[in-house]
Amino acid sequence: MKKKKHWYDYLWIVSVIYLTLGFFNILFAWLGLICFFIPLCISVLKGNKLYCNRYCGRGQLFELLGKKFSRKKDIPHFLKTNWFRYGFFTFFMMMFLNMLFTTYIVFAGTKSLDEVVTLLWSLKLPWHFANRVAGVKPWAIQFAFGFYSVMLTSTVLGLVTMVLFKPRSWCVYCPMGTMTQGICKLKHKNKAM
Amino acid sequence: MEKRRFANINQKYCVACGSCMKVCPKSAIKIPKGIFANVDKTLCIGCGLCAKACPASVITMQWKEEEYEKKETLV
Repeated sequence: MKKKKHWYDYLWIVSVIYLTLGFFNILFAWLGLICFFIPLCISVLKGNKLYCNRYCGRGQLFELLGKKFSRKKDIPHFLKTNWFRYGFFTFFMMMFLNMLFTTYIVFAGTKSLDEVVTLLWSLKLPWHFANRVAGVKPWAIQFAFGFYSVMLTSTVLGLVTMVLFKPRSWCVYCPMGTMTQGICKLKHKNKAM
Repeated sequence: MEKRRFANINQKYCVACGSCMKVCPKSAIKIPKGIFANVDKTLCIGCGLCAKACPASVITMQWKEEEYEKKETLV
C-alpha cells in the first residue's frame, strides 16, 4: 500500500540544491541556519521532533540514496548509546563554537579570511572558487566557509554510515536530533509519559 | 485466543527519528512527545516494515497470544 506523497516528502531536493550551491557561491551556506533554527523552535515550542519526523531533507536524501547504496546492516550498539550520542553532540558543539570563534577573530581583524572548507574537522580543502561576491564583510564569508564545512562534514559522515549500515543511520547520532530529543525530554520531564 | 505479530519498540534506544512512522501502512506508529515511538497494537498488522526501516534497529517483531476480533485489515 503506497502512502500519499506530500510537498514535504520532496525536501531532499532542497538539501541537494543547498550542497550544490556551496560549490558556486559560499554565501549560500548561510541558508543552512534554517536547518538549525527550525528544529530547535519546533522542539522548544511544540515539544516534539516533527522536523526529524517530517521535514528533514537530509534524512530523506539518505533514505533515497540508501535504497540503492546501503548494505542495510544493523548499526553497532555503541553508536546508539547515550554516551556516544551525547558525547558526539558535545564534540560537534565544541567544533561549532570553534568555528564561531574563528568568525569572531576575522571580524576583529586578528586573522585574515581563510578560503577553505574543513572536511571532518581536519582536512582543509581549497574553496576560493566559491568566494565570488565583492564587498561582503570578511567575517560573513568566514562564517559561510565554517558553516558549509559543518554541513559537508555531517553529510559525508551520514553517507558513510548510510553505506555501512541502514540508510538513515545518521539520524541515530545526528547532533540536532540528539539535541531536540533532549529538549523534548526536558519539556515533558514533569508530565506523565 | 489467537497468535498475533506486532512491532515492539525498545524505547531506551529509540531516537525518535520517525523512519518507522513513515513506512507504517496503517499509521500505527506515533511519536507524540519527541522522545520515543509508540505502537498502537490495535492497528499494527505486524508487517515488519518499521523494523526494517529503523536505523537504530530497536524494533523487533513479536508474537503474542491475544484475544482480539479478527478484522479484515491485512494489506
